[in-house]
Amino acid sequence: MQPKMILALGFSGICVAGCATRPSDSEAEGAVAEMIKASFKTRGQAAIDRLKQDDAQALCSRHSGELPKGASEEIEKAQQATLRYPSSGKLMGDWREGERIAQSGGGKQFTDDPARPAGGSCYNCHQISKQELSFGTIGPSLYQFGKLRGASEAIQKYTYGKIYNSEASTACSNMPRFGYNGVLTEEQITHLVALLLDPESPVNK
Amino acid sequence: MRIHRVLAGVVTAMLPCFAPAQQDTLKEIERYRQLLQESNPAELYEARGEDLWKTRRGPKNASLERCDLGLGPGVVKGAYVRLPRYFADTDRVQDAESRLVTCMVTLQGFTIEEAKRNPFSGTGAPMITTDPFSGVGQRSVMTDLVAWIASESRGMTIAPPMSHPKERLAYQAGERLFYYRAGPYDFGCVTCHGDEGKRIRLQSLPKMDNAKDAQRAFGTWPGYRVSEGELRSMQWRMWECIRQMRFPELEFASDASIALITYLAKKAEGGTFVAPAIKR
Ligand code: HEC
Ligand code: HEC
Repeated sequence: MQPKMILALGFSGICVAGCATRPSDSEAEGAVAEMIKASFKTRGQAAIDRLKQDDAQALCSRHSGELPKGASEEIEKAQQATLRYPSSGKLMGDWREGERIAQSGGGKQFTDDPARPAGGSCYNCHQISKQELSFGTIGPSLYQFGKLRGASEAIQKYTYGKIYNSEASTACSNMPRFGYNGVLTEEQITHLVALLLDPESPVNK
Repeated sequence: MRIHRVLAGVVTAMLPCFAPAQQDTLKEIERYRQLLQESNPAELYEARGEDLWKTRRGPKNASLERCDLGLGPGVVKGAYVRLPRYFADTDRVQDAESRLVTCMVTLQGFTIEEAKRNPFSGTGAPMITTDPFSGVGQRSVMTDLVAWIASESRGMTIAPPMSHPKERLAYQAGERLFYYRAGPYDFGCVTCHGDEGKRIRLQSLPKMDNAKDAQRAFGTWPGYRVSEGELRSMQWRMWECIRQMRFPELEFASDASIALITYLAKKAEGGTFVAPAIKR
């Protein structure tokens, strides 16, 4: 292996960040716009217009990690204006249904059947019930979520709102805006609220 | 091979199970991985790829032995770790796969469509059953060739060139694409590969801005995926993550795919290339 390694190293006198001929921002932006047009194609339900960004997506992409001053508040305010609660006023559904939705990771991929309702893929990112050990860690643990916070109307509204549009309270959250983006229905979200808040839910045992 | 297939099938069948079973599955895969270290199933693909490289094919009845992967016509050793790179004849930055498409067209006389037709292999138990590139028993010339070309860089240092302006432009475009959030889940690559030590379910996610993670991520593809019983390429990995992002389909060997791979290769610079590796 040794001679190969030396040979390979010999080729790597490279600069990127400090190069004088670094492409300009507009050049790179133009290249990206071109690629977005030419490199993707509609397949099944995943149409090409999914690559068009809304204001929040564009801002969060441009300033990944560090938003300019005041931008977080601006995004959150605009996203709060999108919040819609069920007209019935009932925010808590059935936690058993909620558990099924939280487990299900499918939906909206070009390989998914568009006739089937999307899942929440919540376990992809969160610890939720104690029983499920296969959980992701992109989001915080939600185990005992209701036990710690209670199930007051304010908490129900916060939880429903977080699932409906996570960015109403956290600009550029890594959590999808499930209700606002039309991934989950009102009813599905109420089941998830129950999963997190119902004292009978395994989450709060 | 038969045994690998059967075992892989069993492992795949176990994957959707819930927690304790999944823990066991991971342990089982780990054990299986150890077993395979001695005889990596990727070797079969590599051997087929080497044959294909030397076989006269296409309307021009020519082999690929004069194909220029960046180090001169016919030089395969060390080529993969210096890709993607700029090629003057196409005036494009190309990765291994897109370059193979070029060679299949210019040397062998295939049409671009023919060269791109069957980019990913698919036998055993494909995870994506509606994937047109994956059918039971379907071999992919492209995958076999890439497996072999990659294997000829095993043990070498990842060193993508960045001296041509178009190489730097591809890197910058790739970086922007990496942070590009869109679609019904608001995902960008950065959602899942932007922080250290995160997981989706039990699958560890490399943080691509972290050299060690990026080196492992870039340096192990193409890889033989135990969960699919199949060898998969870096182009496939991009296609698959884009699918999970709920984006429209990423075109094989497209400029966006190459820009993303250029970005990853640069982030992985200096790491040791160990592919084709064995993956989950
Ligand atoms: C791709 C990752 C991801 C997915 C999928 C996801 N979340 Fe989240 N979630 C996060 C992140 C990151 C946060 C922290 C930032 C925030 O509050 O928006 C979060 C925060 C939350 C919170 C607020 C926690 C608190 O302490 O205030 C709740 C409630 C929640 N998620 C519920 C859910 C439910 C229910 C689902 C499934 C429908 C879900 N999440 C799916 C990533 C995710
Ligand atoms: C919704 C989550 C998610 C998004 C968004 C995502 N990925 Fe991934 N990615 C994964 C998971 C999960 C794995 C590991 C799969 C496994 O273990 O088999 C992975 C694996 C990878 C790997 C291989 C890592 C290794 O060590 O083997 C690469 C490279 C990669 N992703 C690149 C990307 C790029 C580039 C993008 C954006 C175009 C992207 N990913 C977007 C979830 C995601």
